[in-house]
Amino acid sequence: MKEDNQQQSKRKFFELGIKFGLLATAGTVLASKAMDSEPSGEMVELMSTDGHIVKVPASEVKENSPKPRNYNPREGFPGKKFVMVIDLAKCKNALRCQNACNKGHYITGENAWLKVYKMQESEKTAPYFMPTQCQHCDKPPCVKVCPVDATFKRRDGIVLIDNERCIGCRFCMAACPYSIRVFNWQEPKQDKTLLKSQEYTPDYCGQPSVKGTVDKCDFCPHQIVKGELPFCVKACPNDVFAFGDMYEDAVTNGSGETFKLSKLLKDRAGHRLMESLGTEPSVYYLPPVERLQDFDKGLENYNEFESVHKDS
Amino acid sequence: MKEYNKIIDDLAPKKFGKLGKIWVTSLVIIIVCALYAYYQQLSKGLIITNMRDYALWGVYISNFVFFVAISLVGSLVTAILRLTGAHWSTPLTRIAEVIAVAAIIMAGLTIIIDMGRPDRIYNLFLHGRLQSPIIWDVLVISTYLVISILLLIFPLLPDFAILKKYYSNNPKLSKFYGNLSLNWTGNKTQISLYDKSIRILSVLIIPVAFGIHTVTAWLFATTYRPGWDSSNFGPYFIAGAFVAGAGAVVVVMYVLRRVYHLENYITDSHFDRMGKLLVLLCLIYLYFNVNEYLVPAYKTTKSEASHLNELFFGGYAFLFWTVIVGGLIIPVIALIFPKGRKPLPLFIVGILVVVGSWWKRFIIVTPTLLNPFLPIQGVPKEWHHYFPTALEWTITFGTLASALLIMTILFRYLPIIPIHETAEERGLLETHNTEKK
Repeated sequence: MKEDNQQQSKRKFFELGIKFGLLATAGTVLASKAMDSEPSGEMVELMSTDGHIVKVPASEVKENSPKPRNYNPREGFPGKKFVMVIDLAKCKNALRCQNACNKGHYITGENAWLKVYKMQESEKTAPYFMPTQCQHCDKPPCVKVCPVDATFKRRDGIVLIDNERCIGCRFCMAACPYSIRVFNWQEPKQDKTLLKSQEYTPDYCGQPSVKGTVDKCDFCPHQIVKGELPFCVKACPNDVFAFGDMYEDAVTNGSGETFKLSKLLKDRAGHRLMESLGTEPSVYYLPPVERLQDFDKGLENYNEFESVHKDS
Repeated sequence: MKEYNKIIDDLAPKKFGKLGKIWVTSLVIIIVCALYAYYQQLSKGLIITNMRDYALWGVYISNFVFFVAISLVGSLVTAILRLTGAHWSTPLTRIAEVIAVAAIIMAGLTIIIDMGRPDRIYNLFLHGRLQSPIIWDVLVISTYLVISILLLIFPLLPDFAILKKYYSNNPKLSKFYGNLSLNWTGNKTQISLYDKSIRILSVLIIPVAFGIHTVTAWLFATTYRPGWDSSNFGPYFIAGAFVAGAGAVVVVMYVLRRVYHLENYITDSHFDRMGKLLVLLCLIYLYFNVNEYLVPAYKTTKSEASHLNELFFGGYAFLFWTVIVGGLIIPVIALIFPKGRKPLPLFIVGILVVVGSWWKRFIIVTPTLLNPFLPIQGVPKEWHHYFPTALEWTITFGTLASALLIMTILFRYLPIIPIHETAEERGLLETHNTEKK
């Protein structure tokens, strides 16, 4: 018995040794290769996490797709925590965000995923416009109440809906204090959707929309994969939106300007909607202060009874 | 012996008269219309209702809550009154149990009607999440259904055996009741088992009954919405459920007494006592209503204030005050006087209470949904209001008619008044048995 054990442990030791040996050789080969590659003349500027600009040879920069091979749509992009900042001081109710979202997601219902509210806290304060979509809460009340785990929270912060599982009870809609969820009351009749492959994934909310199930803003994971910003962020002419990764502490707006998230929120007194409810949203708002544009101009675009423009 | 036979003669199930046939036919017609409407809903989607993204729950959900509420009466009359030794309620136990079983079956079906994807209901079992109050509701409603059915069947066993003998000249019927009686002979082992199981079920059903309605209240109270976000909701719903259920019993017992001439068994004193019980229940419910509305009205936080304003003075004011005054205050005043507890006045009060209870659920569900935290903007004008469509009403009336049909069929084939228990309480059983020997 004892001998047997010894034998086994010996064998294990050898096996390990061989494995290490292989690894070591592979490592040296790789290292020598890396040393061999001469720095080409082209240099690119990058911003480090602490905000410094550094110059790096272009050959050293590798494109890093956030989507790993064993990507699980219910887990999300590893090591990410997506956040959005909405600057209320800049919003002129241009509604490009809403149009881009509606078009991009092929929304056919009558309630858009992204709405621009006309807000006024009290008679004595100035009115302002407030774009609002899914807040992708860290403690999402909608996920808590879902009886079948159809709506779920991912590690990267995004809240999505598996509309092949949703039973249409609408409890999530009742639970959401931000009223952002929309229901497919009838056949959505989308002639086109974003999803090109045949296999369904909840990564693409409403792609396609399914009668009798719930849809909502998905934070555009389909754009993130391509290394692009969400539709609303990209479309906004006034740089109201900025999108980014909380772990990188950086958010980027539609013009490509990148800000340090923590500094931006501190300097501009960022807050989240209905903080007192404890839902911990991933969307931050910067207060509507020092606005240059005229509020009334935004009213030209304002339509109280429509959020999805129909061509016909 | 003579008296015993008379009891059986009086209480054995009777065929429908002309009125009964008309009644059943009209119920079936309503149900067929509802099935057609539901077919429309299945093919076109919930678009055929007036529910939309803001009024996301409507008459189906309030109707569901109503059914759950009504079903609680089974536990009130059969369990609570039985355990507290209120023997006067014996003739009413079966009525209450039949109402409870019909209501809880329809509650289960009504919630399916509200679903956007009823075809995926199996997901509740495949992917059920215990965190969701809906799963609690599924668990507790199915438990309550089983216990209610058992509480209906067990006391029936001796009655079925009696009916088997009674119909000895009609072999088909005799065999039917004989099979149902599960070989009941009335020997000592059977009686002790029978007594024990009924006692256990009576105790078991009380926490489960409280459970179903508390969990139903939590479907609302676990959200943040003003008007639902209340720790009062569980007891408030249970108090309201007892009112609705007792009202339903009063109405049904009046109708059955008239139709089947049960004046010897359901006496004026039963109405008097049910009337007293109903006053008490209404007062308790009124107390919870005061809690539910007065405390937030005193504080008038911004969101609560706009909700209460809508109820007290706004678009729902007429409905709200009609329900409170007509469904609670008038019944209390009427039932305080002995004259108000006579059968006919009590019957009318019972109808007021039941109809009031139905609308009460409507104004619990809808106004809150139309008063969200963020203003309602960017949706069509019609979405700002909610009133059910004709098809929605048809389906809803269909569910109510189905509940009545289930009750009618059960009352047709079961002895409405427990024969065995009545004979036992009147001291006829001993003599009957000894005579036979």
